[in-house]
Amino acid sequence: MKGKFCPLIFLLPLFVSLTRTALAAEETRWFDPQKTGLLVGILITILLVFGLIFYSKKKGSLKIRSIPGLEAMDEAVGRATEMGKPILFSSGLGKMERVATMASMNILGSVAEKIAEYNTPLIIPNYDPMVTTVAQEVVKESFARAGHPESFKPENIYFVTQSQFGYVAAVDGIMLREKPATNLFLGTFEAESLILAETGNSIGALQIAGTDSTIQLSFFIVACDYTLIGEEFFAASGYLTKDPMVLGSIKGQDFLKLIIGLLIIAGGILSTLGFGHLIDLLGK
Amino acid sequence: MRRQIPIVVCFVFGIFMLVQFFVPHPLFTRGYQNVLDWMQIIFVFALLVGALSFILLHLEKISKRQKDWVYNLIAVVGLVVMVVLGFWKGIQKGSPFLWVFDNLQVPMQSTMFSLLAFFVASAAYRGFRARNFQSVVLLIAGVLVILGRVPLGELLHAKIPEAATWVLNIPSMAARRGILIGIGLGSIATSLRIIVGIERTYLGKG
Repeated sequence: MKGKFCPLIFLLPLFVSLTRTALAAEETRWFDPQKTGLLVGILITILLVFGLIFYSKKKGSLKIRSIPGLEAMDEAVGRATEMGKPILFSSGLGKMERVATMASMNILGSVAEKIAEYNTPLIIPNYDPMVTTVAQEVVKESFARAGHPESFKPENIYFVTQSQFGYVAAVDGIMLREKPATNLFLGTFEAESLILAETGNSIGALQIAGTDSTIQLSFFIVACDYTLIGEEFFAASGYLTKDPMVLGSIKGQDFLKLIIGLLIIAGGILSTLGFGHLIDLLGK
Repeated sequence: MRRQIPIVVCFVFGIFMLVQFFVPHPLFTRGYQNVLDWMQIIFVFALLVGALSFILLHLEKISKRQKDWVYNLIAVVGLVVMVVLGFWKGIQKGSPFLWVFDNLQVPMQSTMFSLLAFFVASAAYRGFRARNFQSVVLLIAGVLVILGRVPLGELLHAKIPEAATWVLNIPSMAARRGILIGIGLGSIATSLRIIVGIERTYLGKG
């Protein structure tokens, strides 16, 4: 027990500082009533997601619909292996605190495990130094899990630059020089998405992309072979690992979508009939 | 312990960030500001690690005279020159650092950005090819929006800009919102999995 509480010692200065602030505070409210609707929504989400996680854990596994972009991962890795060319993975411009980057690292873990089995080179140029460190650790562990720790090459996972178009220039250069057989663009992308995807297209690489930006999704859809749209990107790690707990949370998402869909329909009908109560209630 | 500490820290801060959003009390707003400040400090150290790995990687390629090693040399020289210029005369207006930035870095970035215009054209050519019914719908909607956004559209027919706005605000917005709901729910579920430690790949453990 002693060991478990050890990390909390590092947080002691924060607690001391916050207690001092609390004692001298003028604002004494502990809850903002304007956020009641949001709190209820979050609580329902948490209950549904965890409920489905526990159900899935008990049941063993849950079925989710087939996602072509993720089904193609094996093909993408196999293609690179057959052609004797590397695989390029980019998590885009996202920093580690972004959920999309976290999701990207989760996918990287599963993909790197497949790659390690075939001993295919994996190149990961990074925009953020913290993401570089995490990516190195993720790939290293994945290679070890696959039983090929000796194949891990940390020099292939490196920090490039924090300049948006400097990063694009570097990744485009890598694509044109190394001619990767597969490009995986999974993470946060902005204006550079189309430049990267079109360059990849010009070298004939098989491309799988996924991002949390709706604007960039349209560019990836026209330039890539497969695109993970919306929640598919966040479901990828569970889909690839078949972890029942992750699959349970994905089912939770589906139920929430159903609830939201029903609320939208009900809201539309009620508003058309002149009853704005539901919209007023949800707007709080 | 190597696994437990990050999971405990992630759980504590994850819950804190969730709760602080609903609490206006200064205990939480101040805590939130503290966490943001800490992130900046951590980032500076991470940047140092990144710069070091950048230099070591390129120096290794230069020393081994690997293929295209001249580019590695340019990268290292560029980094060293900018650091020297920054420390020598500062980064204020009129400094050599800013001159190099404005006259080399900015034009190079603009050049890369300009490539987007050509790539949009090639991507639009592929995307708008009328291969099936959906492609035809996409082609018509695309042409309508393009025409509606330029003076030529209004010249052809007064209703074209109106139709373009309708396409953007009704069907296009509905599709975008559908995707956004999915992304929002996906983000929440992923965050919850990370906070409670179900998803631990980012720690190097699947």
